[in-house]
Amino acid sequence: MTTPIIGLEVHLQLHTEKKLFCSCPSDFAATPNTRVCPICLGLPGTLPILNQGAVILALRAALALGCTINPISSFERKHYFYPDLPKGYQITQQRQPLALGGRVETPVGAVDINRLHLEEDAGKLIHTGGGTLIDFNRSGVALVEIVTAPCLTSGSEAKAFLHSLRQVMLYANISDCKLEEGSLRCDANISLSGGERTEIKNLNSFKAVERALDYEIQRQGKAQAQGEKIIPETLRWDEAQAKTVPMRAKETPGDYLFLQEPDLPPIQIEVELVDRARMSLPELPRLRAARFVLEYGLSQERAKLLTATKEMADCFEQLVATGATSLGAANLLLGEVSRLLNLGGELPSSHQLAELLALQEAGSISVTAAKEVLAQMFAQGESAHSILKKKNLCQISDNAALEKLAEEVLARSPGPTEDYLRGKKKALGFLMGAAMEASQGRANPVVLKEILAQKITAQPKKY
Amino acid sequence: MQGGKLSATELTEYYLERSERFQGALNGYISLTRDKALETADHVDSVRRQKGHLSPLAGIPMAVKDNIAVRGVPTTCASKVLANYVSPYDATAVEKLADCPILGKANMDEFAMGSSSLTSAYGPVSNPWDLKRSPGGSSGGSAALVAAGCAPFSLGTDTGGSIRQPAAFCGITGFKPTYGRVSRRGLLPLAPSLDQMGTLTRSVEDAALVLQEICGYDSGDSTSAPHGVPDFSASLIDDVSGFAIGLPKEIMESCPDGGTSRAVEAAARKLEQAGARVSWVSMPYLDESLAAYMLIATAEAASCLARYDGVAYGYRHSSLSLEEMYTGSRIFGVEVRRRLMLGTFNLGTDSGYELGQQAREQISSHLEKLFTEIDLLLLPAAPFIAFPLAEELDPLTMYYNDVYSIPANMAGLPALALPCGESGGLPVGMQMMAPRFREDVLLQAGYTWQCRSDWHLRRPREVEL
Ligand SMILES: [Zn+2]
Repeated sequence: MTTPIIGLEVHLQLHTEKKLFCSCPSDFAATPNTRVCPICLGLPGTLPILNQGAVILALRAALALGCTINPISSFERKHYFYPDLPKGYQITQQRQPLALGGRVETPVGAVDINRLHLEEDAGKLIHTGGGTLIDFNRSGVALVEIVTAPCLTSGSEAKAFLHSLRQVMLYANISDCKLEEGSLRCDANISLSGGERTEIKNLNSFKAVERALDYEIQRQGKAQAQGEKIIPETLRWDEAQAKTVPMRAKETPGDYLFLQEPDLPPIQIEVELVDRARMSLPELPRLRAARFVLEYGLSQERAKLLTATKEMADCFEQLVATGATSLGAANLLLGEVSRLLNLGGELPSSHQLAELLALQEAGSISVTAAKEVLAQMFAQGESAHSILKKKNLCQISDNAALEKLAEEVLARSPGPTEDYLRGKKKALGFLMGAAMEASQGRANPVVLKEILAQKITAQPKKY
Repeated sequence: MQGGKLSATELTEYYLERSERFQGALNGYISLTRDKALETADHVDSVRRQKGHLSPLAGIPMAVKDNIAVRGVPTTCASKVLANYVSPYDATAVEKLADCPILGKANMDEFAMGSSSLTSAYGPVSNPWDLKRSPGGSSGGSAALVAAGCAPFSLGTDTGGSIRQPAAFCGITGFKPTYGRVSRRGLLPLAPSLDQMGTLTRSVEDAALVLQEICGYDSGDSTSAPHGVPDFSASLIDDVSGFAIGLPKEIMESCPDGGTSRAVEAAARKLEQAGARVSWVSMPYLDESLAAYMLIATAEAASCLARYDGVAYGYRHSSLSLEEMYTGSRIFGVEVRRRLMLGTFNLGTDSGYELGQQAREQISSHLEKLFTEIDLLLLPAAPFIAFPLAEELDPLTMYYNDVYSIPANMAGLPALALPCGESGGLPVGMQMMAPRFREDVLLQAGYTWQCRSDWHLRRPREVEL
């Protein structure tokens, strides 16, 4: 079979309060048509005014991907008719995009970026029994479109690329990258070498991207093998049927009738602005992971896991800064914290976690209790101290208390005590269990064990 | 009014009464806005009584071309497509003239596409000098109303001559400022890279007063010029000594209306007597300039009018399919359809618009070079005088109306049309062009001309009381 050629077009909603060409807020999930003004409704005589904040964010996105910034970029009108497009055209960047080139490193290899440009979003059609309504809240929201080179060859590569892209974009705080809310959208172009190209839309999850592409590779391969022609068309991924379904004939750039936007002068980007944007970028995940290996003596695998999100990596470094050992901090974050995060929790503050770690390392809290405290922290957001106090979870390391506990347990369990004295060392395990239970798991097991062993041998022999 | 002898309400009432009386004969308005006008006048009067702050033109009524957004009143662009459209906001220029009572929205060619005001969906406008003739266009209503004394001044727009040609046809003063001088916010576009708002007045003096109010940078228009606005009235000096005036030889020799070229040449000699140096210059590219203009203007218009697809504005064909809804909702007039077809073709092919833009750059650089030798160009405002309404001009002849005015739009220059004579009993207009942002040169030369001539003082007989 011939090699599949896949390129992706990713749209990210920029993390900016205002829309791209007006002052309306970008929170388009609000009540329909409450985030609109004459400009984003495209009312006659209105003019677009470029939101500089969006330009800076797009610039940061381009730099985070290693793109080359065009010193001068311009806007074009892309014409097509659809009811959710109030002006009859979308303002985008066609001829001179904001940035060219760039690359995203993924676990399965590097993916080249062809271009990154700014554009505005369209409105949204809402189909009801009584007809179709239009919500223009999203109209004019600032997007960047990132176009990869046609260098991907499988659904899993595409998925890996999207994960890595999202990781970088989240790190640089460009977009919240939520597929389900539409702040990250992906279309895919695919062909088999020598064949015609199809475009797949409606890819609502990373998994859908992978499945749709793998399906399309198979479909095109089968068609080719049977001597059928691939129709260059736009397809829709139908999740329920698990197949691609034709939407419309594929557009060529000529169909869109581009016109240089006469209402907006070109964007001129000064070198100083690029420098400032570059300085404002945080350390990106790959470099940070490498530094973690060097600086904290972590394994590559653990460094990668710790730098998966900026929040986790920041938290790790804050824990270490407050005195935690890198081993302890990594164990906590990659263990119980990660488990709870996967269950859908939100990362507690590093301050809260530092407190817990300190208690753990001082031996004043057992492993079991630490788990319970952490769960409580995720659920309620309380501090470790207040949870411990409320739940009475502090570890008992006090000798007098533990001696008393040991004596009680020995008195209650003459059988196992005798067994131990007769040489059955395993009996100590039973006694430990009983003592731990009696202390509701709060006894410091190391100290308790010592005391128990001492007490048994110190017992007056009964025979 | 400042002396309390005349109230804004009395003045507005006077113009409203005249406007209403001559509406039947002229059809100069698409909508008359009596209540809104009197409301503004009343506000001005009460502020004046309380000695509050008012802008210099407060209380002077105006007519506003119907492609300029005025809040709360219909803004139709003389099209059925916008028959029910009421603008929710004021154009920046209208905001700046908030103290001027708006008498009504002036009739025009549909979407400013035309040079006759015949393409209006609300009927043609008549020329007050001869009701059977066209007032020119597209700002035909704005020009006719000022000429007929129905409005002291009006706002118009000029994409290829739409202020200057009707001003010439109606014997009044029309001023198109430098591209970027007046905010385009609220101007319903024909071709955004060429459109500019301007004034239609009785005299250069009035033009200076109105321009002073509407010019200036606007953060709401990204193509607005950051240049400071000088005191225009300071340029109202009766003196052209030392001005180098260029007279384009090809135009003066080939102007189809002999009366026009004779009047313009006579005006040139008169300015020469007043101390100007007049020399022949060459503008050998007028036909190419017209062709390039059509490529650019139609393409941009096709883009700007894409929003009138039947979904949000005007008549919507009810049908189940999206395609049928779009195709069934097309209610543009013939000229608009023609230009949308041409424009879409120019957008669609790589060559059309690009070619136009290349020609435009050449014309601009030629004019720039020309202005290193002269201070201003003097030429006819239009190749014709007002033509009969009944005369069916073919589209190409109609487009030729703008051949002398288009270069100013292509290069973004300020230009002024002034009455300078008559031909067959109808007004003839001459035109002055100056380098970008040199409105002062035009005002001084135009003022000097009007100090030494009385063409701008003549009134049309037919509607005179
Ligand atoms: Zn808005």
